[in-house]
Amino acid sequence: MKLTPILVGAFTLALAATASAQTITIATVNNGDMIRMQGLSDAFTAETGIELNWVVLEENTLRQNVTTDIATNGGQYDVMTIGTYEVPIWARQDWLVPLDALSSDADYDVDDLLPPIRDGLSVDGKLYAAPFYGESSFIMYRKDLMEKAGLTMPEAPTWEFIGEAARAMTDRANDINGICLRGKAGWGENMAFLTAMSNSFGARWFDENWQPQFNTPQWKSTLDTYLGLMADAGPAGASSNGFNENLTLFQQGKCGMWIDATVAASFVTNPADSTVADQVGFALAPDNGLGKRGNWLWAWSLAIPKGSQQQDAAASFIKWATDKAYLDMVAAQDGWANVPPGTRISLYENPEYQAAAPFAEMTMGSIYAADPTHPTVDPVPYVGVQFVAIPEFAGIGTNVGQLFSAALAGQMSADDALAQAQEATLRDMTRAGYIK
Amino acid sequence: MARTVPASTRIGFTLLAWVIALLLFSPILWVLLTAFKTEAEAIAASPTFLPQNFTLENFAAVQDRSDYFKHAFNSIVVSLGSTLLGLAIGIPAAWAMAFAPTKRTKDVLMWMLSTKMMPAVGVLIPIYLIFRDLRLLDTVHGLTLIMTLINLPIIIWMLYTYFKEIPVDILEAARMDGAELWNEIVHVLVPMAVPGIASTLLLNVILAWNEAFWTITLTSGRAGTLTAFISSFSSPQGLFLAKLSAASLLAIAPILLMGWFSQKQLVRGLTFGAVK
Repeated sequence: MKLTPILVGAFTLALAATASAQTITIATVNNGDMIRMQGLSDAFTAETGIELNWVVLEENTLRQNVTTDIATNGGQYDVMTIGTYEVPIWARQDWLVPLDALSSDADYDVDDLLPPIRDGLSVDGKLYAAPFYGESSFIMYRKDLMEKAGLTMPEAPTWEFIGEAARAMTDRANDINGICLRGKAGWGENMAFLTAMSNSFGARWFDENWQPQFNTPQWKSTLDTYLGLMADAGPAGASSNGFNENLTLFQQGKCGMWIDATVAASFVTNPADSTVADQVGFALAPDNGLGKRGNWLWAWSLAIPKGSQQQDAAASFIKWATDKAYLDMVAAQDGWANVPPGTRISLYENPEYQAAAPFAEMTMGSIYAADPTHPTVDPVPYVGVQFVAIPEFAGIGTNVGQLFSAALAGQMSADDALAQAQEATLRDMTRAGYIK
Repeated sequence: MARTVPASTRIGFTLLAWVIALLLFSPILWVLLTAFKTEAEAIAASPTFLPQNFTLENFAAVQDRSDYFKHAFNSIVVSLGSTLLGLAIGIPAAWAMAFAPTKRTKDVLMWMLSTKMMPAVGVLIPIYLIFRDLRLLDTVHGLTLIMTLINLPIIIWMLYTYFKEIPVDILEAARMDGAELWNEIVHVLVPMAVPGIASTLLLNVILAWNEAFWTITLTSGRAGTLTAFISSFSSPQGLFLAKLSAASLLAIAPILLMGWFSQKQLVRGLTFGAVK
């Protein structure tokens, strides 16, 4: 039997198969809402005939991979899941395709996107990424412990009240910590919380000439308040605690209050995972009466890199994953409490969602309380609430985060941590050319 | 005359060896036990040692979300392929350095070793650009190539050390009997060096299997190996510890079994030349 005709036939068939099936590659993170999207994506393939190749990675690995790919115009990915930190930087580098088609699509209704989230994903009025889910931060607290302490949580508390409540709720004998806050070092870990907190104390990372501001009384007040709270009412070993560790502590009844991402609300109120599900209340992040609250703003968003060879198919996927019909599909399958939150005004006006998600109103209030374009009391030359949207921030923020985490662990004083943060940041910003 | 060791010393050292072995094994044991717990039990503030609600659902969820067999197949192809390719290059190279050295041989060996001292991220951008231009991104053969290049210095060093122990007279005798270079290497050197080649092969398969930086950076789904498979179950927002453990267990099981059955060769390879 001659093999040549068979091989040629097989090769032709393989080529034909490759040619007929359009496949786009999507890079994303392993969060609950993303996993659900992956599970529902057969509907997109059935609708459009476009196959999807999923790359799910740990957040930092994903960030490194997509940055490498986009900076080298590698073209490995057609859709990237990126955050509000990357979007303005990458858009200014001309690395992202503007989503003009979505913005002008009446069906998509871009005006329905929550304005603070939309602003965070736009540069010069152009939308560069579509939000898949958005979040701010707020206070989650135990109503039973608050009542036992003889206090009532206001809807919009001050830091002074939070300090008083945290100390009153602390019961070391029964392993109850009045407050759980992030302590793990990292620009997206403890520095996300502390930068947002510092905004409410009137502090800022840089003045209008990019001079670091860690030597100001506002930063000292921020760090002293944080360290004092954690010493009196925080859990042991807090310098290792990030989102997941505090989530575990709260779900197991070890925290009186927890200030963290609004997306955690559905986890702590889910009776399947949380032992305190029916006792959780919500309040806006604290302030000091200066006009800024200590809450952040973040959105995991879908964007198209310039290197993608299949930009139209990528855009149609982004439309499918971020429009109103997707929310309806999730609600039909898993209930309204499980739809990706924090992206659309219409979701928060939906009575079914309001009934299913007791935290809905407070989540929207928190998102509206954050302004990425004017994040601080005094003017700043950057955008970003809990980060500074410059490429150098990931490195600088993590360095400062390590110093503050060391102060929390008792390895150095607050004054030393601030002095070293000032020195290191000044050096890095000078090297980067921001300070002449 | 054999030295007698007091029973108390023997028992003491045996106990110490067990304690150290258990300490080293404890993370793997914890992963093994956690993989069969529910997510709630996996993160309980008062941890349980044995699973109280034994479940296999984590394995089902892991396979449901990500194709284990595709990743395992890629891991096998990349680790075996890169090791065999490395041996094909390394055996003649080590022969030349062991039996026909020049005055620069030591320098070449040191230079090769020095390439292992540079952090991988230092060459990320040039390698990525080369892979992009040669269309090797997200391909199994591209990954096999980079894995071969990464492990080649270790392969050559191990084989060189092993070949140096083989008396050169035997090879000269073969030459006097008329053996050509090819026959000398294939029919004389390789059979004598089988234990050394086997331990080199095993060690490099393990190194290539566990390599994470390049396998994750240079792939995007199609050519992903088991290290990329594990990475996809780590989450910054959400508790998936039991699923992560199930994924880790599935990823390490094949290489763990291989290491278990070949530990004699591995130990021999790693300690060869330590005592002369």
